[in-house]
Amino acid sequence: MSTSITGHSVTDDLPGPDGRSPHDGDRAGTGRLGDRLFGGAATGSGLVVVALVTLVGLFLVMQAVPSLLNNNANFLTSTEWVPSGSEPRFGIAALLWATVVTSVIAMVIAVPLGVAVALFITQYAPAWLAKPAATTVDLLAAVPSIVYGFWGLTIAGQFIDPVTGFLQRTLGWIPFFGDAGFSGRSTLFFAGMILAIMILPIITAISREVFAQVPVAHKEGALALGATQWEMIRTAVLPFGKPGVISGAMLGLGRALGETLAVMILLSTLNPTASWSWSVFNGGETFASKIALNAGEFDSPQKTGAYIAAGLVLFILTFLVNAVARIVIERRKAFSE
Amino acid sequence: MAKRIDVKDLDIYYGDFKAVEGVSMTVEPRSVTAFIGPSGCGKSTVLRTLNRMHEVIPGGRVDGKVMLDDQDLYAPSMDPVAVRRTVGMVFQRPNPFPTMSIKDNVAAGLRLNGIKDKKRLDETVEKSLRGANLWSEVKDRLDKPGAGLSGGQQQRLCIARAIAVNPQVLLMDEPCSALDPISTLAIEDLINELKSQYTIVIVTHNMQQAARVSDQTAFFNLKATGQPGRLVEVGSTQKIFSNPEQQATEDYISGRFG
Ligand SMILES: Nc1ncnc2c1ncn2[C@@H]1O[C@H](COP(=O)(O)OP(=O)(O)OP(=O)(O)O)[C@@H](O)[C@H]1O
Ligand SMILES: [Mg+2]
Repeated sequence: MSTSITGHSVTDDLPGPDGRSPHDGDRAGTGRLGDRLFGGAATGSGLVVVALVTLVGLFLVMQAVPSLLNNNANFLTSTEWVPSGSEPRFGIAALLWATVVTSVIAMVIAVPLGVAVALFITQYAPAWLAKPAATTVDLLAAVPSIVYGFWGLTIAGQFIDPVTGFLQRTLGWIPFFGDAGFSGRSTLFFAGMILAIMILPIITAISREVFAQVPVAHKEGALALGATQWEMIRTAVLPFGKPGVISGAMLGLGRALGETLAVMILLSTLNPTASWSWSVFNGGETFASKIALNAGEFDSPQKTGAYIAAGLVLFILTFLVNAVARIVIERRKAFSE
Repeated sequence: MAKRIDVKDLDIYYGDFKAVEGVSMTVEPRSVTAFIGPSGCGKSTVLRTLNRMHEVIPGGRVDGKVMLDDQDLYAPSMDPVAVRRTVGMVFQRPNPFPTMSIKDNVAAGLRLNGIKDKKRLDETVEKSLRGANLWSEVKDRLDKPGAGLSGGQQQRLCIARAIAVNPQVLLMDEPCSALDPISTLAIEDLINELKSQYTIVIVTHNMQQAARVSDQTAFFNLKATGQPGRLVEVGSTQKIFSNPEQQATEDYISGRFG
């Protein structure tokens, strides 16, 4: 079995023939010169990477702290963003909202769809279709995000207004679906949809890979009990593939949270004086699109620090999401043979 | 309710390759039939046609008739899923569902049948595990993963899983080939007990095992490599082992083969 590009593969959870995790060292070093040289080089490289990451983090924190100390608003709860001047007031609430909403919309659409496509390719499609379909999905995963953004803006955007209008008419009484006065293609909702299309291939590709690795013995075990194909998928394929699906979803979520260009060219920025709206049909800015949009005017350390602080929150968010996913995967570990 | 199996002029194909040719035989209810023969002669292939698992393999298809009492298993109106609920199967390598606990493994087939009542599930799980001679070993860890058991225990778990749905026939493909002698004996004892309720067909490479557990023995062979396998001789185990009609059978059983 191969390792997946998430760096976390189902095989990571399986003990080797000797019962130990594949991540344990093998104590095979002989103490000869070659072994010591190579071992030293490998350890050294590992330490350098860890040190680099720590230093980058430290540097960012050091830049952010003075700005945060000067901040006259609550950094976590304020929706204002006036990072410069003698009385800077800035907070991440609006950015966090826009980032989370677009990503959640993307995940809600892309994860079930990606799993469904992966199941189709591995379980239902005839052989002549499965191979080209799998290759196509893998190729789509490599399309640069700007292409999706541009496609959304110019083509898909033409068709979104009726959908938006319909949702606003039927669900408008829920604050999340109220009309906020933006055109269909510049809303959080539409940005989330484009993100969904963008992360669909990666989720599909990784799910397909794990589904294809389900041992025939498990599938036949279910079928021999009188499972229909769908029941076989539920008893044998999905439980086996779950860690992989979660890994794929997290990778997709990472892309959605951090996606810059596509979101930037789609979303309308909000008027600073506009009142707060919970609607997904509002405009807004995500962490990444805000930083990118304003990168040209980091003229004072105060201002730069404020943006770096926002970037750090995005980093922590991504980290938390991954940690939660790891915990979910670990909890099932006892059951994965 | 154990049922009689009647196989008539069965040809079995993998795509264009005819793997088995012209098998006809009868298996009586509440008896054990052993399939013996050299590797590659089609024992597993024939076994898998008895619960329509053969067609799960891409290209797998069958010509001929398999009757279960008066039902034609390959009639167009027959649902393969229904056949597999009636004819249970135990595989060569123990294959408990790795993500499920011991209890859920045994209950898996019942759940597929739509049984949700907790009390009924618990009762059937206990009954099946007792039936598979595994209850005393696992009763304190029913919620632990089934894959954490020893190989022999896993195989008995798979037997418990198969008998939990109350099949009429039980097929076993070399169920002891991955097991130590003690576990093998445990499973042979089990087969002797199960025989009072089920019709059992077992594939084995172990002559002593065939002689010990079966009432009837079927010897399969290949005419030549690349040729389809065929049923050389079938008869009461006692006769096959003491006084077979075919020279090939005698040669195989006495080890003068090939
Ligand atoms: N999935 C498959 N696809 C194509 N041919 C197959 C497949 N499985 C088995 N065969 C062929 O069918 C023939 C019979 O195989 P089968 O597995 O039934 O033999 P067997 O008697 O069970 O052997 P063994 O004792 O080694 O298990 C062999 O020639 C084998 O190569
Ligand atoms: Mg076999």
